[in-house]
Amino acid sequence: MGIVVRNVGKRFGAYTALEDVSIEVPDGSLTALLGPSGSGKSTLLRIVAGLETPDRGSVLIEGRDATNLPPQERGVGFVFQHYAAFKHMTVRDNVGFGLRIRKAPKAQVRTRVDELLGLVQLDGLAERYPSQLSGGQRQRMALARALAVEPRVLLLDEPFGALDARVREELRDWLRRLHEQVHVTTVLVTHDQEEAMEVSSRIVVMNHARVEQVGAPADLYERPASDFVMGFVGKVNRLPGAYIRPHEVRICDPREPGCEAAEVERLLALGFETRVELRRRRDGQRLWAQLAPDELARLGLEPGQEVGIDLARARRIGDEALLAGTAA
Amino acid sequence: MSVAVDRAVPLPASRRGARRRVDGAPLLRGAVGAWLSLIVVLPLIAVAVRSLDNGLAGFWKAVTAPQAVAALQLSLVASVGVVAVNAVLGTLIAWVLIRDRFPGKAIVDALIDLPFALPTIVAGLTLIALYGPKSPLGVSVAYTRAGIVLALLFVTLPFVVRAVQPVLAELDAEVEEAAHALGASGWTTFRLVILPALLPAILSGAGLAFARAVGEFGSVVLISGNIPFRTEVAAVNIFTQVENNNPAAAAAISVVLLALAMAVLAAIALLERRSTRHERVD
Amino acid sequence: MSALTSTLPVPAGDVPVGKKRPIEGSRGARLGLRAVALAYLALLVLGPVVLMTLSTFAEGIAPVVEALTTPAFTHALWLTFLMVAVAVPLNTVFGVACALVVVRHEFRGKGLVDALLTLPLGVSPVVVGLALIILYSPLGGWFGPWLREQGIMVIFAPPGMILATVFVSLPFVAREVIPVLREIGTDQEQAARILGASGWQTFWLVTLPAIRVGVAYGVVLTTARALGEYGAVAIVSGKLAGRTETLTLHVEERWLGFDPVAAYATSVVLALMAVLVLVLMRRLEPKEIGDSG
Repeated sequence: MGIVVRNVGKRFGAYTALEDVSIEVPDGSLTALLGPSGSGKSTLLRIVAGLETPDRGSVLIEGRDATNLPPQERGVGFVFQHYAAFKHMTVRDNVGFGLRIRKAPKAQVRTRVDELLGLVQLDGLAERYPSQLSGGQRQRMALARALAVEPRVLLLDEPFGALDARVREELRDWLRRLHEQVHVTTVLVTHDQEEAMEVSSRIVVMNHARVEQVGAPADLYERPASDFVMGFVGKVNRLPGAYIRPHEVRICDPREPGCEAAEVERLLALGFETRVELRRRRDGQRLWAQLAPDELARLGLEPGQEVGIDLARARRIGDEALLAGTAA
Repeated sequence: MSVAVDRAVPLPASRRGARRRVDGAPLLRGAVGAWLSLIVVLPLIAVAVRSLDNGLAGFWKAVTAPQAVAALQLSLVASVGVVAVNAVLGTLIAWVLIRDRFPGKAIVDALIDLPFALPTIVAGLTLIALYGPKSPLGVSVAYTRAGIVLALLFVTLPFVVRAVQPVLAELDAEVEEAAHALGASGWTTFRLVILPALLPAILSGAGLAFARAVGEFGSVVLISGNIPFRTEVAAVNIFTQVENNNPAAAAAISVVLLALAMAVLAAIALLERRSTRHERVD
Repeated sequence: MSALTSTLPVPAGDVPVGKKRPIEGSRGARLGLRAVALAYLALLVLGPVVLMTLSTFAEGIAPVVEALTTPAFTHALWLTFLMVAVAVPLNTVFGVACALVVVRHEFRGKGLVDALLTLPLGVSPVVVGLALIILYSPLGGWFGPWLREQGIMVIFAPPGMILATVFVSLPFVAREVIPVLREIGTDQEQAARILGASGWQTFWLVTLPAIRVGVAYGVVLTTARALGEYGAVAIVSGKLAGRTETLTLHVEERWLGFDPVAAYATSVVLALMAVLVLVLMRRLEPKEIGDSG
């Protein structure tokens, strides 16, 4: 196991940040800690890094108890949301900082920094200062700086949170490819479910100081363990006692067996796909379906039209969910 | 473009061990505590203890001696008056320096700090040069209370200006323009829009100026003539008591002076805490 | 004593456009206010300083040169530099330490430390002098007689004058550094620790470079205060000409000794030092506040 967190609790005064949290991060994986702000995910990451001390519980990094180690002895790399660039140092000196601290020979530092700058695609910017870089470049510099000392684990605290949407998309993609190259055990904290789903192979969903569910992105989507995960990960229609994802709602002929009568209330084009807002005849239940263009064209839907809906794929909350935790 | 991960600079073996970290924090706190105790706390405690050499009665006698009362009264009244004048004129100067434009403004702005940078004894001497017995203007305020007021105006000039300036610079001119656009006159805009925003800074600057003025010595000592009951300020009175080898009385008057200054500084601290809380709510 | 927070670079796009436009109020009112402000400054500050400088050279340059070459003057100059040379480094080191403790540490009594760092601003120099006499006077001071037995004279000697100077100039470095430390936050320091730096390395390589402008500004203010201290030093020095006389005491002694040229000449020397300090302050100060044109 890359990282093991056992029964960790942390309070700040009267506020409980973490309540008996246990997680395992497999070696070489890219795991996301996903949750709304205040869910405790950043505190958990900072405890793994040694920037906060847990009130109870323990942290193991590559099998070694790190609970009482200061940050500099844990062998972790950390990337902050606001870059934490050393403003008075050049990009080269920023990236080489950890190596210089370890008294590495100058020539070796130079070679290694050049390698890393190539890796994060900042070649040619080595002599610039952080203030002369864009936000995305600064964050890539921070990543190179963290990787320079060969950390056993890489911890990223909302690394793309301060960047604009387009740069964020690019960096997500880039981070995933980078991870395929360097394979260091990586934990990414984010509040953006799309980001977590896109980048990571495993997601730990947190809410109110607890872990709600752990699983592969598809598991969380298909088999949410709780109402919270269901609502937080992906779009959902809530039915009495059950839920169904909008793309699982099938539109059919009302006379077909298993289909119920419903009325099309509104059609809403959302880029590539279309949102069809429906009202079930039987009880007035409102829900919506997500349709691809060809399907929409085939059905030729109009507002006010009478259609059938097939909700066979609707599930009860918690069904199969226990399997999801071990599926990854 | 892959990086050979294993061929890296390893952590020195000694760092990997479970070696206890040497925590410097208590050491630093201890050093700071010892330093402040030795330099600031111990001397002030000495004054407080010495003021009670002859008991509470002795303390009371020393601070109610007619000459001491006259000196304390003079310092208090002059300081309040001077601070009031500089609160008004300091705000006005700050406004001119931020919102007005004219050639040589940078020099005028630098001039504001001169009373702070100039040694007090030199400040007193410069005032005597222009307003002393040999005044080329023919106005002499030497050996009068007006001289004291002049010296205190000089040394307390920077406080309000420097407190108000950054706040005024931050204050959006558009807010004022909006008030104008709504038909408010210049004075109304100032009273209802600008002044409330500046008030915490003005009071904070005025408080520091008062703490400075009430204990002022160097700039006053030459121009005032130090005539008991007329132009002797509290600090000069303490000085005289020390010279006359009466440290208990000097200490008693010092305690009163300290209490006045501390009360004002504490009030400012409270005010600042309150105004930052407001900002956080915003 | 402005807060130095605005020295940190601000992204160009973040500056509100309308902020520094002078208000288009009544022209007459503006000119009136300007006239009042300039007249007040001319009468209170500029006039006296200019006149004193002129008076110094009223009888030509020879008497000035003579006054500035006497042994008493040169000794006073040397002693003043000694005060600065001891008080400024001490207050710089401890000022930065105090600021670190107030901003970065959590402990009981933190508020007290913060208050003690402002307190000296509200203590009359005369009271400082008195306090040192009570503690260190060889005649009846708390520690004075014992120290004298060890051969250490504090009062009527440079050590007492240094203690007085250290007291009055204590707040400046800490008060300038505290807001800067708050502003830069802890991210950079935490990043350095994670990269393997010890506390000491983090301070030298990351924290100190980040606060250097604040420290420099504080040093300038401390120097100004130490150069010009008069009241506290006047009490503890005994004003022994040629022995415990700093430049400020020399000014007073010459003035009372009916030697106005020497008093003025020494004052001009001190004033020039003050101007030098002002120039340094301008260099270090945030541009915004000093020159908003």
